[in-house]
Amino acid sequence: MTVTKEQIVTWLEETAVVLNENKEYLTELDSPIGDADHGINMTRGFNKVMEKLPTVADKDIGNILKTTGMTLLSSVGGASGPLYGTFYMRAGMAVMAKEELSNEDLYKMLQAGVDGVVQRGRAVPEDKTMIDAWTPAMSALKAAVEAGDDTVTALEKSVAAAEQGMKDTIPMQARKGRASYLGERSIGHQDPGATSSYLIINALLETVKGV
Amino acid sequence: MKKLINAVDDVVKEQLEGMALAHPDYVKVHFDPTYVYRADAPVEGKVALISGGGSGHEPMHGGFVGYGMLDAACPGEVFTSPTPDQMYEAALAVNGGAGVLFLVKNYTGDVLNFETAAELAYADGIAVQSILIDDDVAVKDSLYTAGRRGVGTTVLAEKIVGAATEARYDLKQCADLARKVNKYGRSMGMALTSCTVPAAGKPTFELGDDEIEIGIGIHGEPGMRREKMKAVDEIVDDMMAEILDDGPYARTVREWDNEHGEWIDVELIDPPFEAGDEIIAFVNSMGGTPVSELYAVYRRVAQICEGRDINIVRNLIGPYITSLEMQGFSITLLKADEEILKFWDAPVNTPGLRWGV
Repeated sequence: MTVTKEQIVTWLEETAVVLNENKEYLTELDSPIGDADHGINMTRGFNKVMEKLPTVADKDIGNILKTTGMTLLSSVGGASGPLYGTFYMRAGMAVMAKEELSNEDLYKMLQAGVDGVVQRGRAVPEDKTMIDAWTPAMSALKAAVEAGDDTVTALEKSVAAAEQGMKDTIPMQARKGRASYLGERSIGHQDPGATSSYLIINALLETVKGV
Repeated sequence: MKKLINAVDDVVKEQLEGMALAHPDYVKVHFDPTYVYRADAPVEGKVALISGGGSGHEPMHGGFVGYGMLDAACPGEVFTSPTPDQMYEAALAVNGGAGVLFLVKNYTGDVLNFETAAELAYADGIAVQSILIDDDVAVKDSLYTAGRRGVGTTVLAEKIVGAATEARYDLKQCADLARKVNKYGRSMGMALTSCTVPAAGKPTFELGDDEIEIGIGIHGEPGMRREKMKAVDEIVDDMMAEILDDGPYARTVREWDNEHGEWIDVELIDPPFEAGDEIIAFVNSMGGTPVSELYAVYRRVAQICEGRDINIVRNLIGPYITSLEMQGFSITLLKADEEILKFWDAPVNTPGLRWGV
Protein backbone atom coordinates (compact mmCIF):
# COMPACT_ATOMS: atom_id res chain seq x y z
CA MET A 1 0.00 0.00 0.00
CA THR A 2 1.28 3.42 -0.85
CA VAL A 3 0.50 7.03 -0.02
CA THR A 4 -0.14 9.05 -3.14
CA LYS A 5 0.71 12.63 -3.92
CA GLU A 6 -3.00 13.46 -3.90
CA GLN A 7 -3.23 12.06 -0.38
CA ILE A 8 -0.32 14.24 0.74
CA VAL A 9 -2.14 17.29 -0.59
CA THR A 10 -5.33 16.14 1.14
CA TRP A 11 -3.33 15.61 4.35
CA LEU A 12 -2.18 19.24 4.26
CA GLU A 13 -5.72 20.45 3.57
CA GLU A 14 -7.07 18.24 6.35
CA THR A 15 -4.38 19.62 8.67
CA ALA A 16 -5.50 23.17 7.91
CA VAL A 17 -9.12 22.24 8.64
CA VAL A 18 -8.27 20.46 11.88
CA LEU A 19 -6.01 23.27 13.10
CA ASN A 20 -8.72 25.83 12.37
CA GLU A 21 -11.23 23.66 14.29
CA ASN A 22 -8.80 23.44 17.20
CA LYS A 23 -7.56 27.04 17.03
CA GLU A 24 -9.11 28.07 20.34
CA TYR A 25 -8.29 24.78 22.02
CA LEU A 26 -4.59 25.12 21.15
CA THR A 27 -4.54 28.75 22.23
CA GLU A 28 -6.21 27.79 25.51
CA LEU A 29 -3.58 25.12 26.13
CA ASP A 30 -0.95 27.77 25.44
CA SER A 31 -2.42 30.28 27.92
CA PRO A 32 -1.38 28.83 31.29
CA ILE A 33 2.12 27.75 30.17
CA GLY A 34 2.89 29.89 27.13
CA ASP A 35 1.70 33.09 25.59
CA ALA A 36 -1.71 32.17 24.25
CA ASP A 37 -0.93 32.24 20.56
CA HIS A 38 -0.23 28.70 19.38
CA GLY A 39 -3.61 28.14 17.74
CA ILE A 40 -3.59 31.61 16.23
CA ASN A 41 -0.11 31.17 14.77
CA MET A 42 -0.64 27.66 13.43
CA THR A 43 -3.89 28.55 11.67
CA ARG A 44 -2.33 31.68 10.19
CA GLY A 45 0.48 29.52 8.82
CA PHE A 46 -1.69 26.75 7.44
CA ASN A 47 -4.15 29.21 5.92
CA LYS A 48 -1.16 30.60 4.01
CA VAL A 49 -0.20 27.06 3.01
CA MET A 50 -3.72 26.64 1.62
CA GLU A 51 -3.20 29.75 -0.52
CA LYS A 52 0.12 28.40 -1.83
CA LEU A 53 -0.91 24.78 -2.30
CA PRO A 54 -2.73 25.15 -5.64
CA THR A 55 0.46 26.55 -7.22
CA VAL A 56 2.49 23.45 -6.33
CA ALA A 57 -0.13 20.69 -6.25
CA ASP A 58 1.14 19.32 -9.58
CA LYS A 59 4.74 19.08 -8.32
CA ASP A 60 6.26 16.03 -6.61
CA ILE A 61 5.71 15.25 -2.93
CA GLY A 62 9.13 16.58 -1.96
CA ASN A 63 8.44 19.95 -3.53
CA ILE A 64 4.96 20.20 -2.07
CA LEU A 65 6.28 19.60 1.45
CA LYS A 66 9.24 21.92 0.96
CA THR A 67 6.93 24.72 -0.14
CA THR A 68 4.75 24.00 2.88
CA GLY A 69 7.79 24.34 5.14
CA MET A 70 8.98 27.57 3.53
CA THR A 71 5.49 29.03 3.84
CA LEU A 72 5.24 28.12 7.53
CA LEU A 73 8.73 29.50 8.16
CA SER A 74 7.71 32.90 6.83
CA SER A 75 4.21 33.10 8.26
CA VAL A 76 3.96 31.40 11.66
CA GLY A 77 6.57 33.14 13.78
CA GLY A 78 7.20 32.18 17.39
CA ALA A 79 9.08 28.96 18.02
CA SER A 80 6.55 26.94 16.05
CA GLY A 81 7.44 28.68 12.78
CA PRO A 82 11.06 27.56 12.50
CA LEU A 83 10.25 24.18 14.08
CA TYR A 84 7.31 23.19 11.88
CA GLY A 85 8.93 24.97 8.92
CA THR A 86 12.01 22.82 9.38
CA PHE A 87 9.84 19.72 9.86
CA TYR A 88 8.14 20.01 6.46
CA MET A 89 11.24 21.20 4.62
CA ARG A 90 13.36 18.29 5.87
CA ALA A 91 10.51 15.86 5.30
CA GLY A 92 10.24 17.15 1.75
CA MET A 93 13.95 16.86 1.09
CA ALA A 94 13.82 13.20 2.16
CA VAL A 95 11.27 12.34 -0.56
CA MET A 96 12.35 14.64 -3.39
CA ALA A 97 10.95 13.74 -6.84
CA LYS A 98 8.64 11.07 -5.43
CA GLU A 99 5.04 10.85 -6.64
CA GLU A 100 4.04 8.18 -4.15
CA LEU A 101 5.41 6.82 -0.91
CA SER A 102 5.96 3.28 0.29
CA ASN A 103 5.63 2.70 4.04
CA GLU A 104 9.41 2.88 4.28
CA ASP A 105 9.37 6.22 2.41
CA LEU A 106 6.67 7.52 4.71
CA TYR A 107 8.71 6.61 7.76
CA LYS A 108 11.89 8.07 6.27
CA MET A 109 10.05 11.28 5.40
CA LEU A 110 8.56 11.84 8.86
CA GLN A 111 11.77 10.84 10.64
CA ALA A 112 13.78 13.34 8.56
CA GLY A 113 11.32 16.02 9.62
CA VAL A 114 11.58 15.08 13.28
CA ASP A 115 15.40 15.01 13.07
CA GLY A 116 15.30 18.53 11.70
CA VAL A 117 13.11 19.70 14.58
CA VAL A 118 15.50 18.19 17.11
CA GLN A 119 18.48 19.83 15.43
CA ARG A 120 16.84 23.26 15.35
CA GLY A 121 15.21 23.22 18.77
CA ARG A 122 17.67 21.01 20.64
CA ALA A 123 14.90 19.39 22.64
CA VAL A 124 15.20 15.91 24.11
CA PRO A 125 12.36 13.64 25.25
CA GLU A 126 10.60 14.76 28.44
CA ASP A 127 11.41 18.43 27.90
CA LYS A 128 7.62 18.81 27.42
CA THR A 129 7.68 19.72 23.73
CA MET A 130 6.36 18.42 20.41
CA ILE A 131 9.20 15.89 20.51
CA ASP A 132 7.31 14.05 23.23
CA ALA A 133 4.55 13.29 20.73
CA TRP A 134 6.87 12.60 17.80
CA THR A 135 9.37 10.30 19.52
CA PRO A 136 6.87 7.57 20.50
CA ALA A 137 4.97 8.10 17.25
CA MET A 138 8.10 7.42 15.21
CA SER A 139 9.14 4.41 17.30
CA ALA A 140 5.70 2.89 16.81
CA LEU A 141 5.71 3.66 13.10
CA LYS A 142 9.16 2.17 12.66
CA ALA A 143 8.19 -1.04 14.44
CA ALA A 144 4.97 -1.30 12.44
CA VAL A 145 6.68 -0.71 9.10
CA GLU A 146 9.36 -3.27 9.93
CA ALA A 147 6.65 -5.75 10.94
CA GLY A 148 5.08 -5.28 7.52
CA ASP A 149 1.81 -3.69 8.70
CA ASP A 150 -0.31 -1.97 6.08
CA THR A 151 -0.24 1.83 6.00
CA VAL A 152 -3.46 2.38 7.92
CA THR A 153 -2.51 -0.06 10.67
CA ALA A 154 0.99 1.39 10.95
CA LEU A 155 -0.36 4.92 11.18
CA GLU A 156 -3.01 3.85 13.68
CA LYS A 157 -0.28 2.53 15.96
CA SER A 158 1.76 5.68 15.42
CA VAL A 159 -1.17 7.99 16.17
CA ALA A 160 -2.04 6.02 19.32
CA ALA A 161 1.56 6.43 20.48
CA ALA A 162 1.50 10.15 19.62
CA GLU A 163 -1.72 10.60 21.59
CA GLN A 164 -0.22 8.84 24.59
CA GLY A 165 2.96 10.91 24.23
CA MET A 166 0.86 14.08 24.11
CA LYS A 167 -1.01 13.09 27.28
CA ASP A 168 2.26 12.13 28.94
CA THR A 169 3.38 15.76 28.69
CA ILE A 170 0.77 16.70 31.31
CA PRO A 171 2.82 15.66 34.40
CA MET A 172 6.11 16.83 32.87
CA GLN A 173 7.96 19.95 33.99
CA ALA A 174 8.92 21.99 30.93
CA ARG A 175 12.62 22.42 30.22
CA LYS A 176 12.41 24.13 26.85
CA GLY A 177 10.56 27.11 25.46
CA ARG A 178 8.53 29.66 27.30
CA ALA A 179 6.83 27.10 29.54
CA SER A 180 10.20 26.29 31.12
CA TYR A 181 10.14 29.62 32.95
CA LEU A 182 7.23 28.39 35.03
CA GLY A 183 9.27 25.62 36.61
CA GLU A 184 6.97 23.36 38.62
CA ARG A 185 3.97 25.46 37.65
CA SER A 186 4.22 23.98 34.14
CA ILE A 187 3.26 20.57 35.61
CA GLY A 188 -0.35 19.57 35.07
CA HIS A 189 -0.77 21.17 31.65
CA GLN A 190 -0.72 19.44 28.28
CA ASP A 191 1.90 20.81 25.92
CA PRO A 192 0.35 22.76 23.00
CA GLY A 193 3.14 21.80 20.58
CA ALA A 194 2.76 18.09 21.36
CA THR A 195 -0.96 18.57 20.81
CA SER A 196 -0.64 20.21 17.39
CA SER A 197 1.85 17.49 16.43
CA TYR A 198 -0.67 14.82 17.40
CA LEU A 199 -3.34 16.61 15.33
CA ILE A 200 -1.01 16.68 12.33
CA ILE A 201 -0.16 12.99 12.38
CA ASN A 202 -3.78 12.11 13.13
CA ALA A 203 -4.79 14.13 10.07
CA LEU A 204 -2.45 11.93 8.03
CA LEU A 205 -4.16 8.79 9.36
CA GLU A 206 -7.63 10.19 8.66
CA THR A 207 -6.54 11.08 5.14
CA VAL A 208 -5.09 7.66 4.41
CA LYS A 209 -8.18 5.99 5.87
CA GLY A 210 -10.14 8.18 3.50
CA VAL A 211 -12.70 9.41 6.00
CA MET B 1 -11.86 43.58 25.35
CA LYS B 2 -11.69 47.34 24.86
CA LYS B 3 -8.86 48.41 22.58
CA LEU B 4 -8.24 51.16 20.04
CA ILE B 5 -8.13 48.83 17.09
CA ASN B 6 -10.01 48.10 13.90
CA ALA B 7 -9.89 44.50 12.64
CA VAL B 8 -7.79 42.26 14.89
CA ASP B 9 -5.78 40.95 11.93
CA ASP B 10 -4.75 44.48 10.91
CA VAL B 11 -3.49 45.67 14.31
CA VAL B 12 0.26 45.51 13.70
CA LYS B 13 0.05 46.69 10.10
CA GLU B 14 -2.07 49.74 10.90
CA GLN B 15 0.08 50.71 13.86
CA LEU B 16 3.20 50.55 11.66
CA GLU B 17 1.47 52.61 8.97
CA GLY B 18 0.76 55.22 11.62
CA MET B 19 4.35 55.16 12.73
CA ALA B 20 5.62 55.66 9.18
CA LEU B 21 3.27 58.62 8.74
CA ALA B 22 4.33 60.14 12.05
CA HIS B 23 8.10 59.86 11.60
CA PRO B 24 9.00 60.06 7.90
CA ASP B 25 12.29 61.80 8.73
CA TYR B 26 13.42 58.85 10.84
CA VAL B 27 11.97 55.66 9.51
CA LYS B 28 10.42 53.88 6.59
CA VAL B 29 8.29 50.79 6.90
CA HIS B 30 8.53 47.94 4.43
CA PHE B 31 5.68 45.45 4.18
CA ASP B 32 5.71 41.88 2.93
CA PRO B 33 7.93 41.11 4.67
CA THR B 34 7.57 43.65 7.45
CA TYR B 35 10.48 45.66 8.80
CA VAL B 36 11.09 49.21 10.01
CA TYR B 37 14.33 50.75 8.75
CA ARG B 38 16.26 53.98 8.91
CA ALA B 39 15.15 56.53 6.35
CA ASP B 40 18.81 57.03 5.34
CA ALA B 41 19.72 53.33 5.17
CA PRO B 42 22.06 51.81 4.22
CA VAL B 43 24.74 53.89 5.92
CA GLU B 44 27.93 53.21 4.00
CA GLY B 45 30.74 51.60 5.97
CA LYS B 46 28.77 51.34 9.21
CA VAL B 47 27.84 48.10 10.94
CA ALA B 48 24.08 47.67 10.69
CA LEU B 49 22.36 46.93 14.00
CA ILE B 50 19.13 44.97 13.74
CA SER B 51 16.77 43.77 16.40
CA GLY B 52 13.23 42.53 16.46
CA GLY B 53 10.67 40.57 18.31
CA GLY B 54 6.97 40.32 18.87
CA SER B 55 4.93 43.53 18.74
CA GLY B 56 3.31 44.90 21.87
CA HIS B 57 6.50 46.22 23.48
CA GLU B 58 6.49 49.65 21.87
CA PRO B 59 8.42 51.85 21.62
CA MET B 60 10.85 48.88 21.45
CA HIS B 61 12.02 48.01 18.80
CA GLY B 62 10.62 50.10 15.94
CA GLY B 63 10.72 53.30 17.97
CA PHE B 64 14.45 52.90 18.40
CA VAL B 65 15.26 52.93 14.71
CA GLY B 66 17.30 55.97 13.74
CA TYR B 67 20.63 57.70 14.21
CA GLY B 68 22.66 56.24 17.06
CA MET B 69 20.49 53.20 17.67
CA LEU B 70 18.97 50.58 15.35
CA ASP B 71 19.25 50.40 11.57
CA ALA B 72 16.23 48.12 11.34
CA ALA B 73 13.63 46.46 13.52
CA CYS B 74 11.55 43.42 12.63
CA PRO B 75 8.16 43.41 14.32
CA GLY B 76 6.26 40.15 14.60
CA GLU B 77 2.61 39.73 15.42
CA VAL B 78 1.71 40.79 18.97
CA PHE B 79 3.92 38.80 21.36
CA THR B 80 4.99 36.51 18.51
CA SER B 81 8.49 36.39 17.12
CA PRO B 82 8.99 37.78 13.63
CA THR B 83 9.98 35.38 10.86
CA PRO B 84 13.39 34.77 9.24
CA ASP B 85 12.42 36.37 5.92
CA GLN B 86 11.81 39.67 7.72
CA MET B 87 15.21 39.65 9.38
CA TYR B 88 16.97 38.46 6.27
CA GLU B 89 15.43 41.09 4.00
CA ALA B 90 16.01 43.80 6.60
CA ALA B 91 19.67 42.75 6.68
CA LEU B 92 19.89 43.06 2.90
CA ALA B 93 18.24 46.48 3.01
CA VAL B 94 20.42 48.10 5.69
CA ASN B 95 23.77 46.39 5.26
CA GLY B 96 26.24 49.20 4.54
CA GLY B 97 29.05 46.81 3.67
CA ALA B 98 30.42 46.47 7.21
CA GLY B 99 28.18 43.59 8.22
CA VAL B 100 25.10 43.09 10.31
CA LEU B 101 24.74 42.54 14.04
CA PHE B 102 21.56 40.91 15.32
CA LEU B 103 20.58 41.74 18.89
CA VAL B 104 18.30 38.91 19.97
CA LYS B 105 16.24 38.67 23.14
CA ASN B 106 16.48 35.20 24.61
CA TYR B 107 13.08 33.78 23.82
CA THR B 108 12.92 30.46 22.03
CA GLY B 109 10.94 31.84 19.11
CA ASP B 110 13.18 34.87 18.61
CA VAL B 111 16.30 32.73 18.89
CA LEU B 112 15.19 30.07 16.38
CA ASN B 113 13.98 32.63 13.83
CA PHE B 114 17.09 34.82 14.10
CA GLU B 115 19.29 31.72 13.84
CA THR B 116 17.60 30.81 10.57
CA ALA B 117 17.98 34.41 9.34
CA ALA B 118 21.68 34.50 10.23
CA GLU B 119 22.22 31.37 8.13
CA LEU B 120 20.34 32.93 5.20
CA ALA B 121 22.32 36.20 5.41
CA TYR B 122 25.60 34.34 5.68
CA ALA B 123 24.72 32.25 2.64
CA ASP B 124 24.30 35.55 0.77
CA GLY B 125 27.80 36.66 1.69
CA ILE B 126 26.79 39.15 4.39
CA ALA B 127 29.07 39.20 7.44
CA VAL B 128 26.75 38.52 10.35
CA GLN B 129 27.02 38.23 14.12
CA SER B 130 24.28 37.51 16.59
CA ILE B 131 24.36 38.39 20.28
CA LEU B 132 21.82 37.15 22.79
CA ILE B 133 20.39 39.36 25.54
CA ASP B 134 19.51 37.26 28.62
CA ASP B 135 19.28 39.49 31.67
CA ASP B 136 16.13 38.53 33.59
CA VAL B 137 17.17 37.38 37.06
CA ALA B 138 13.67 36.05 37.71
CA VAL B 139 14.87 32.97 35.85
CA LYS B 140 17.22 31.25 38.25
CA ASP B 141 18.74 28.36 36.40
CA SER B 142 19.73 27.86 32.79
CA LEU B 143 20.10 24.09 32.84
CA TYR B 144 16.44 23.18 33.09
CA THR B 145 14.95 26.20 31.37
CA ALA B 146 15.46 28.03 28.09
CA GLY B 147 17.71 30.36 30.09
CA ARG B 148 17.20 33.91 31.30
CA ARG B 149 14.85 35.98 29.19
CA GLY B 150 15.94 39.08 27.35
CA VAL B 151 14.26 42.13 28.87
CA GLY B 152 15.29 45.68 29.92
CA THR B 153 18.96 45.40 29.06
CA THR B 154 17.90 45.09 25.42
CA VAL B 155 16.95 48.79 25.31
CA LEU B 156 20.26 49.84 26.85
CA ALA B 157 22.23 47.55 24.51
CA GLU B 158 20.47 48.97 21.46
CA LYS B 159 21.40 52.50 22.57
CA ILE B 160 25.00 51.74 23.49
CA VAL B 161 25.89 49.46 20.58
CA GLY B 162 24.02 51.74 18.17
CA ALA B 163 26.30 54.60 19.23
CA ALA B 164 29.32 52.35 18.71
CA THR B 165 28.24 51.62 15.15
CA GLU B 166 28.10 55.37 14.50
CA ALA B 167 31.68 55.59 15.85
CA ARG B 168 32.54 53.00 13.19
CA TYR B 169 33.31 50.11 15.49
CA ASP B 170 33.77 47.06 13.29
CA LEU B 171 31.48 44.04 13.49
CA LYS B 172 33.58 42.15 16.02
CA GLN B 173 33.97 45.21 18.24
CA CYS B 174 30.22 45.79 18.14
CA ALA B 175 29.54 42.14 19.02
CA ASP B 176 32.05 42.28 21.89
CA LEU B 177 30.45 45.45 23.24
CA ALA B 178 26.95 43.97 23.00
CA ARG B 179 28.15 40.86 24.85
CA LYS B 180 29.66 43.06 27.54
CA VAL B 181 26.51 45.14 28.01
CA ASN B 182 24.53 41.93 28.40
CA LYS B 183 27.11 40.62 30.87
CA TYR B 184 26.81 43.73 33.03
CA GLY B 185 23.03 44.12 32.87
CA ARG B 186 20.42 42.53 35.14
CA SER B 187 16.67 43.05 35.25
CA MET B 188 13.55 42.07 37.12
CA GLY B 189 9.90 42.84 36.39
CA MET B 190 6.53 42.66 38.11
CA ALA B 191 2.88 43.02 37.15
CA LEU B 192 -0.12 44.57 38.88
CA THR B 193 -2.45 43.44 36.09
CA SER B 194 -2.46 41.06 33.15
CA CYS B 195 -2.72 42.18 29.54
CA THR B 196 -4.82 41.18 26.56
CA VAL B 197 -3.40 40.10 23.20
CA PRO B 198 -5.88 41.49 20.63
CA ALA B 199 -6.14 38.19 18.75
CA ALA B 200 -6.81 36.28 21.99
CA GLY B 201 -9.43 38.76 23.19
CA LYS B 202 -9.04 37.99 26.88
CA PRO B 203 -6.31 38.49 29.49
CA THR B 204 -3.30 36.20 29.17
CA PHE B 205 -3.52 35.26 32.85
CA GLU B 206 -5.84 35.97 35.75
CA LEU B 207 -4.63 38.10 38.62
CA GLY B 208 -6.85 38.91 41.58
CA ASP B 209 -7.55 42.52 42.60
CA ASP B 210 -5.24 42.21 45.58
CA GLU B 211 -2.57 40.09 43.87
CA ILE B 212 0.70 40.92 42.10
CA GLU B 213 2.96 38.74 39.99
CA ILE B 214 6.69 39.02 40.73
CA GLY B 215 9.28 38.07 38.13
CA ILE B 216 7.09 38.51 35.09
CA GLY B 217 8.52 38.49 31.57
CA ILE B 218 7.43 40.91 28.86
CA HIS B 219 4.81 38.75 27.18
CA GLY B 220 2.27 38.50 29.93
CA GLU B 221 3.71 35.12 30.80
CA PRO B 222 3.33 34.34 34.47
CA GLY B 223 6.27 35.15 36.71
CA MET B 224 8.17 33.39 39.48
CA ARG B 225 5.68 33.91 42.29
CA ARG B 226 2.37 35.50 43.15
CA GLU B 227 1.95 37.68 46.23
CA LYS B 228 -0.55 39.90 47.95
CA MET B 229 -0.36 43.58 47.00
CA LYS B 230 1.95 45.58 49.23
CA ALA B 231 3.65 48.99 49.46
CA VAL B 232 5.87 50.07 46.59
CA ASP B 233 8.95 50.26 48.85
CA GLU B 234 8.49 46.63 49.89
CA ILE B 235 8.07 45.52 46.28
CA VAL B 236 11.18 47.41 45.17
CA ASP B 237 13.16 46.06 48.15
CA ASP B 238 12.39 42.50 47.05
CA MET B 239 13.21 43.12 43.40
CA MET B 240 16.42 45.03 44.11
CA ALA B 241 17.55 42.21 46.40
CA GLU B 242 17.00 39.72 43.57
CA ILE B 243 19.12 41.86 41.24
CA LEU B 244 21.87 43.00 43.61
CA ASP B 245 22.30 39.68 45.42
CA ASP B 246 22.24 37.62 42.24
CA GLY B 247 25.44 35.58 42.10
CA PRO B 248 27.56 34.83 39.05
CA TYR B 249 25.33 33.60 36.22
CA ALA B 250 26.91 30.93 34.03
CA ARG B 251 25.40 29.40 30.90
CA THR B 252 26.23 28.24 27.41
CA VAL B 253 24.83 30.23 24.49
CA ARG B 254 25.01 29.72 20.76
CA GLU B 255 26.79 32.34 18.68
CA TRP B 256 27.31 32.43 14.94
CA ASP B 257 30.90 31.90 13.83
CA ASN B 258 30.99 34.05 10.74
CA GLU B 259 34.43 32.78 9.69
CA HIS B 260 33.47 29.13 9.56
CA GLY B 261 29.76 29.55 8.93
CA GLU B 262 28.54 27.51 11.87
CA TRP B 263 27.01 27.83 15.31
CA ILE B 264 29.39 27.54 18.22
CA ASP B 265 28.72 27.15 21.93
CA VAL B 266 30.09 30.01 24.01
CA GLU B 267 30.45 29.82 27.80
CA LEU B 268 29.45 33.08 29.49
CA ILE B 269 29.57 34.15 33.13
CA ASP B 270 27.99 37.39 34.36
CA PRO B 271 29.72 38.79 37.45
CA PRO B 272 27.54 40.02 40.34
CA PHE B 273 27.28 43.68 41.33
CA GLU B 274 29.74 44.97 43.92
CA ALA B 275 30.00 47.96 46.23
CA GLY B 276 31.69 50.79 44.37
CA ASP B 277 30.11 49.92 41.01
CA GLU B 278 28.90 52.74 38.80
CA ILE B 279 25.60 51.89 37.15
CA ILE B 280 22.90 53.06 34.78
CA ALA B 281 19.50 52.56 36.47
CA PHE B 282 16.53 51.99 34.18
CA VAL B 283 13.02 52.01 35.63
CA ASN B 284 10.53 50.92 32.98
CA SER B 285 6.74 50.90 32.80
CA MET B 286 5.04 47.75 31.47
CA GLY B 287 2.70 50.08 29.60
CA GLY B 288 -0.17 50.80 32.01
CA THR B 289 1.76 52.22 34.94
CA PRO B 290 2.07 56.03 34.93
CA VAL B 291 5.42 57.78 35.05
CA SER B 292 4.51 59.25 38.45
CA GLU B 293 4.55 55.77 39.99
CA LEU B 294 7.86 55.02 38.24
CA TYR B 295 9.36 57.93 40.17
CA ALA B 296 8.12 56.38 43.41
CA VAL B 297 9.95 53.24 42.33
CA TYR B 298 13.07 55.16 41.37
CA ARG B 299 13.10 56.92 44.77
CA ARG B 300 13.45 53.55 46.48
CA VAL B 301 15.95 52.24 43.92
CA ALA B 302 18.16 55.26 44.56
CA GLN B 303 17.90 54.84 48.35
CA ILE B 304 18.88 51.18 48.15
CA CYS B 305 21.83 51.87 45.85
CA GLU B 306 23.08 54.60 48.14
CA GLY B 307 22.86 52.25 51.11
CA ARG B 308 24.95 49.66 49.26
CA ASP B 309 27.55 52.09 47.97
CA ILE B 310 26.45 51.64 44.36
CA ASN B 311 26.63 54.83 42.39
CA ILE B 312 23.84 55.58 39.89
CA VAL B 313 25.62 57.71 37.29
CA ARG B 314 22.81 57.78 34.69
CA ASN B 315 19.15 56.84 34.67
CA LEU B 316 16.32 56.20 32.26
CA ILE B 317 12.72 56.35 33.46
CA GLY B 318 9.63 55.72 31.37
CA PRO B 319 7.78 53.21 29.19
CA TYR B 320 10.40 51.80 26.81
CA ILE B 321 9.89 48.03 26.80
CA THR B 322 6.24 47.39 27.50
CA SER B 323 3.70 44.58 27.60
CA LEU B 324 0.68 46.18 25.94
CA GLU B 325 -1.52 47.77 28.63
CA MET B 326 -0.12 45.79 31.56
CA GLN B 327 0.36 47.70 34.78
CA GLY B 328 3.68 47.02 36.42
CA PHE B 329 7.31 47.91 36.03
CA SER B 330 10.77 46.53 35.64
CA ILE B 331 14.12 47.56 37.02
CA THR B 332 17.31 47.15 35.01
CA LEU B 333 20.72 47.90 36.46
CA LEU B 334 23.71 48.05 34.16
CA LYS B 335 27.26 48.29 35.43
CA ALA B 336 28.78 51.09 33.38
CA ASP B 337 32.45 51.34 32.54
CA GLU B 338 34.03 54.19 30.59
CA GLU B 339 33.25 52.68 27.19
CA ILE B 340 29.61 52.02 28.04
CA LEU B 341 29.12 55.51 29.48
CA LYS B 342 30.74 57.17 26.46
CA PHE B 343 28.31 55.46 24.11
CA TRP B 344 25.36 55.99 26.47
CA ASP B 345 26.01 59.73 26.38
CA ALA B 346 26.53 59.85 22.61
CA PRO B 347 23.79 61.51 20.54
CA VAL B 348 20.72 59.48 19.65
CA ASN B 349 17.88 60.55 17.39
CA THR B 350 15.00 58.10 17.11
CA PRO B 351 11.22 58.37 17.55
CA GLY B 352 11.46 56.75 20.98
CA LEU B 353 14.75 58.03 22.40
CA ARG B 354 16.45 61.28 21.64
CA TRP B 355 19.24 63.33 23.18
CA GLY B 356 22.38 65.24 22.28
CA VAL B 357 21.08 66.30 18.88
